[in-house]
Amino acid sequence: MEASEALNKLRWRCTRRAMLETDLLLGKFLDEIFPALTPQQAAAFVVLADLEDLELWPLVNGSQECDDVSQAEVVAMLRRVRVK
Amino acid sequence: MSTLKIPVRKFDAVIVGAGGAGLRAAIQLSESGLKTAVLSKVFPTRSHTVAAQGGVSASLGNSEEDHWHWHMYDTVKGSDWLGDQDAIEYMCRKAPEVVVELEHFGMPFDRTDEGKIYQRPFGGHMSNFGEKPVRRACAAADRTGHAMLHALYQRNVRANTQFFVEWMALDLIRDETGQVLGVIALEMETGEVVAFHAKATIFATGGAGRIFYSSTNAFINTGDGLGMAARAGIALEDMEFWQFHPTGVAGAGVLITEGVRGEGGILRNSDNERFMERYAPNAKDLASRDIVSRAMVTEINEGRGCGPNKDYVLLDITHLDPATIMKRLPGIREISIQFAGIDPIKAPIPVVPTCHYQMGGIPTNYRGEVVNQDGSVVKGFYAAGEVACASVHGANRLGTNSLLDLLVFGKSSGDSVVEAIKQNNVAHKDLPENFADLTMARLNRLETQTDGSSVNETRLELQRTMQKHCGVFRFKDMMVDGVAKILEVEKLVAKTEIKDKSKVWNTARVEALELDNLIEVAKATMISAEARKESRGAHVRDDAPDSEAFPNGRNDAEWHKHSLWHREGNKLSYKPVNMTPLSVETIALKTRSY
Repeated sequence: MEASEALNKLRWRCTRRAMLETDLLLGKFLDEIFPALTPQQAAAFVVLADLEDLELWPLVNGSQECDDVSQAEVVAMLRRVRVK
Repeated sequence: MSTLKIPVRKFDAVIVGAGGAGLRAAIQLSESGLKTAVLSKVFPTRSHTVAAQGGVSASLGNSEEDHWHWHMYDTVKGSDWLGDQDAIEYMCRKAPEVVVELEHFGMPFDRTDEGKIYQRPFGGHMSNFGEKPVRRACAAADRTGHAMLHALYQRNVRANTQFFVEWMALDLIRDETGQVLGVIALEMETGEVVAFHAKATIFATGGAGRIFYSSTNAFINTGDGLGMAARAGIALEDMEFWQFHPTGVAGAGVLITEGVRGEGGILRNSDNERFMERYAPNAKDLASRDIVSRAMVTEINEGRGCGPNKDYVLLDITHLDPATIMKRLPGIREISIQFAGIDPIKAPIPVVPTCHYQMGGIPTNYRGEVVNQDGSVVKGFYAAGEVACASVHGANRLGTNSLLDLLVFGKSSGDSVVEAIKQNNVAHKDLPENFADLTMARLNRLETQTDGSSVNETRLELQRTMQKHCGVFRFKDMMVDGVAKILEVEKLVAKTEIKDKSKVWNTARVEALELDNLIEVAKATMISAEARKESRGAHVRDDAPDSEAFPNGRNDAEWHKHSLWHREGNKLSYKPVNMTPLSVETIALKTRSY
C-alpha cells in the first residue's frame, strides 16, 4: 500500500468511529499534528487509533492514565488537542 | 465499468450495518444455518450503538412490580400517540425475553444483591399507567451499548456470520416487480464494486443525525440505508420527527449533560441576561428539555445569540466555586476545554440545541418487513433499528427504548427472513439486466465531474440549512424557505467533484457517496416538517401553539397520521396510525402531559 493510501485508511479509522468525541479529536490530530510526528510517535498513534472508543476516550479526556510508556507521549499530545 | 462486469457474490441473506440491530438480526440468520453476509463501514464493535449509555428497558420487575402493559402505555404516551400500537405492544411484551437472551449471550448487566439484573428509573417510564416512576432500565454501568455490541458480536463469531468490514453499500437491487434482490457495495480497500445477490436483505444502517450542523451523532451516521431506500422508490415515514438535546457544544455537537444546570449552570444571551427567567419563571434553567431548547432558539432567532454569527447562547458556571467544578463536573470541564476551547471556570460554554435521535425511517411492520403504504410487504426487504420506523417511537422516543427497539426488531426481522426463506423454500431470483446501471452512472459521474462543487462545503451548507430552517423549534416561513434552500443544495450535491480518482482507500469518494444519502434524508425531513401543520412530540411549530382547542398544539382531527415522503417528485402521502394493539384495548388519544 502506498503512503497516501495508508494515510487515507488511517483517516477513515480516525473519523468513522463509534463516538463523536473521538471522531473530532482524532481527525484534528491527524490533520494538524500527525504530519510532524517521528516514526515512533506515528506508530504509537496508529496503535491508539486502533483502540475501541471506550478504551481510548478515558485516556484522552484524562479520566484514566496511560500505563504504556510507548504511547504516553502521544496520549499527552492528544490531550492537548483543541477542536475549536 | 458496466453492470455486466460487476462481480456477483451469492448469500441467503445480506445485512447492511453491524450495530446492535444488524448483529441481533444476524444471530437469527446464522444460527438457523442461512449463509449470511454482514456489510459494515466499520468494524462491528465501532458502531454508534456504543454511544448508548443509559440502558435497555424491560418490565422484568426485578426491583419492584412492573408490567409490559404499563411499559406499552408509557411508550404510546411518549410517542404522543403517533406510535403504532400493535408494534408497541409487540416490543414491550418481547422486552423481557430479549433482555434475558442477551444476558445468556454474555451481557454483563449490573446486578442486585440477589444476583438479578439491576434496574434503575429513567425519564418517562412509570408504573400503573403513568402513576409513579418505575425502575425498568437494565444497564451495564455507563457502557451498555458497548457491552451489548461485544456480546452480540461474539455470538455471531460463534455462529460463523461472515463479516465484510469497511465496505459501503451503495444501492438496493430491485427487479421489475419491486422485489429486493440484494445490494451493490464498494470495498474501500480495493475500490472494487460488488453485487451481493441475496434472497433477503436487511437494512440496519442506523440514523442520519449528521444532516444537522449540531449533532451528537458520530460522523458515521449518514443515513445510508435511508438514501438507498429512497433512491429505490421506498417512501420514508415520519421523517419530520427528530429528538434534540438542549445543550450541545456549539460547532462541535458534543453533549453537555443536564447535570451542569443541575449544579447551578445558567443560560445567558448576548445581553448577559438569564433569559430562562422569562420563559420559565419557576424552574428557570431546570425547565424541561423542550422548553429550554425553544427558549434558546427564540433568543437566537430574535438576535440575542452570542458570537460573531450570533448563533449560540452561553452556559455559565463561572459563578460556581472552581473546587466544585473540579470535583463534580471534571469531565464537562475537559469537554469544554477540548471542544469549545474554553475553560468553564473562567468563561461560559457556547451551546446550542443539538440533534440526537431519528424517530422516522423506512416503514416496517413489527415483523421487521418493509411495507408499502397499504401495508403490503416489499418482498425480500427488511429493516430494523434507527433506520426503520416500526413505528414504536412515533413523534418522540422514550429513553432506553432505542436499545430495546434494535434488540426486538433485529430479532423479529431475522425471524421473518428465516421463515420466508426456509418455509417457502425461496430460491435466488435472477438479477435483472442492467441492475447496477444507476449505481455505475452515479460513480461515473463522480469520476468525470469537472467544475463541480466541494463535498465538504456542500455538506456544511446542507447541515446549516437544516439546523437553521428545521431545528428543534420550527417557524412556518423558515420552513417554507428551507424547502427551497434544501432543493438548491440538492443541485450542488448532484455535481460534487472529487480530485482524488484513486481506487484504494479513496475516502473522498466515500464521503461524496455519503453526501448522496444525507441529501435524501434532508429533503424528506424538511418537506415532511413544512407540511405537518401541527405540533406533536418533537415537531414543534411556532404557529401551532398550546391552546384550548389544540392542547400542546396537537391537532388529532387533521394530523393523527403518519407522513410518507416519496423521492419521486418530493410528494407526500399519509397513512393512519395503527390504534389496534395485538391483544389489549386501544390506548385512547389524550393530551400528553407529565
